[in-house]
Amino acid sequence: MSGLSYAVRDSATMFRRDLKHAQRFPMLTVSGLLLPILLLLLFEGVFGHALRTGLGATAGSASYIDFLTPGILVMTAGFAAETTAVSVCNDMAEGIIARFRTMAISRASVLTGQVIGAAFRTLISATLVIGVAMLIGFRSSASPVAWIAATGVFIMLTVALLWLTVAFGLLAKTPAGANSLALIPAFLPFISSAFIPSGSIADGGTRWFAANEPFTPIINTLRGLLTGTPIGHAAFWAVGWCIVLTAAGYLWARSLYGRTRPS
Amino acid sequence: MTIQKAPAGPGHEASPGTQPAICARGLRKSFGDQVVLDGIDLEVAEGTIFALLGPNGSGKTTTVRILSTLITGDAGAVTVAGHDLRAEAGKVRAAIGVTGQFSAVDGFLTGQENLLLMADLHHLSRAEGKRRAAELLEKFDLVDVGKKMALTYSGGMRRRLDLAMTLVGDPRLIFLDEPTTGLDPRSRRTMWEIIADLAAGGVTIFLTTQYLEEADQLAGQIAVLDHGRLVAQGTATELKRLIAGGHVLLRFGSADALDRAAALFASAAARDDEALTLQVPNDGGVRSLKDLLDRLDQHAIAVETLTVHTPDLDDVFLAITGSQR
Repeated sequence: MSGLSYAVRDSATMFRRDLKHAQRFPMLTVSGLLLPILLLLLFEGVFGHALRTGLGATAGSASYIDFLTPGILVMTAGFAAETTAVSVCNDMAEGIIARFRTMAISRASVLTGQVIGAAFRTLISATLVIGVAMLIGFRSSASPVAWIAATGVFIMLTVALLWLTVAFGLLAKTPAGANSLALIPAFLPFISSAFIPSGSIADGGTRWFAANEPFTPIINTLRGLLTGTPIGHAAFWAVGWCIVLTAAGYLWARSLYGRTRPS
Repeated sequence: MTIQKAPAGPGHEASPGTQPAICARGLRKSFGDQVVLDGIDLEVAEGTIFALLGPNGSGKTTTVRILSTLITGDAGAVTVAGHDLRAEAGKVRAAIGVTGQFSAVDGFLTGQENLLLMADLHHLSRAEGKRRAAELLEKFDLVDVGKKMALTYSGGMRRRLDLAMTLVGDPRLIFLDEPTTGLDPRSRRTMWEIIADLAAGGVTIFLTTQYLEEADQLAGQIAVLDHGRLVAQGTATELKRLIAGGHVLLRFGSADALDRAAALFASAAARDDEALTLQVPNDGGVRSLKDLLDRLDQHAIAVETLTVHTPDLDDVFLAITGSQR
């Protein structure tokens, strides 16, 4: 077998290990799921009315739940990535990782396995978020092709965030440290077009940031695909950001994993 | 002195047929300012048990971590299983198995799943992996707990599972970093039997320990590591000759008795006037103890208590590091 097929096989083995962990400790998956659903209910049910009134014409004629759902989906990926940073950091402290390092296996396979496992869980979470959103009034105008495209963008975003937070998990010395680092991608969507159009933020640094940060084009692309709002150049930016973040996160995580620690 | 210095320098390159399992020359490692390994030379012959003996902090674990490719040394030429440690780390990894000081099992998986994980990572077929896992569970007396999470295992069971996982890939060379530290006496015995069995099967074993008794029981060659330097190397018998047996501690009821006894054993005794004790060299055997007591009896010297002190690691260090300083 070639090196590549060994790498695939080792990653698949590590993915099975990750699945078994999730099976033994379902709370981790459940807690990653509850937060986005709570946010969805909070923003639609509690803030929704005020936001709708404040947004007025900018939000268009669409209902706020239609505007909100794509943003919550992006946050779902963010929160899943946050939990992953913590579990990677925990895992690295285990003796089994030292054993993997002394074995002739594909080096990044243990990380790849974790990324695939977490991506799997994130997709399940996202499906449930959409289900709950539909229950409280979300209606999509998307064609099957647009749904497939949206799923593709979502997976790209998830993988990008996961590789980045795997690197955070490797970088941090404690799970608490990993959690703080991973809060950055989990909370960046708050300063984006997730809850209100970035154009409705008061002029200044925050508005510029919200309009230009990576999450905004990704959210706008998803929103366009799912609810038919204009996408424009956002799609290129969205795909571009995902590729850049994935590459950076992957290379960073790999080099951190290969580094030797004096202990 | 019978200290056999580690062979060094050129002219000792092994011929292909008798290539040593491990050969290290001038291995050094520092963490920041702290020198952990200060140039050590090791040679471990194929199919033997080699023990690296030393107290905590002497550099034993660092040596294992370097030889097993976990970290890199700062200097030194090392070959493991015939491959250069730096240039061919992948080939080294394929030939070795490592059981670390801290359990390298996945606590969230069952014993059986841990073994199957290793089988998958060694690219065994499903059927072969299952067969191997079942065989190892049986051999290591883990059948009853094979379907329980490793988290729930006792220290001895975890250690056995750990070693079983190392054996899935049939390594020719196994590193065991303090395999019995923290185990109860019975588990320690079991571990010793397992290790001896492995060696009998032709596997080379590199073992670290802080117990002289363990090195004595298992290893053909023993190297003593202290503060990152090898201070002695040889067989257990050779090392024991260095420490020349133990001693007995005699405690007397009066200063007068102590005086008379001290006069009797004048040449080799160390006395403590405060505690009224006298330390007399003695190997602790029944014969020599009887001789000692007979002699005291003949001179009508009453002894309150007698303590036999058998040689231990402390004595080895005293004898070896003391004589070199």
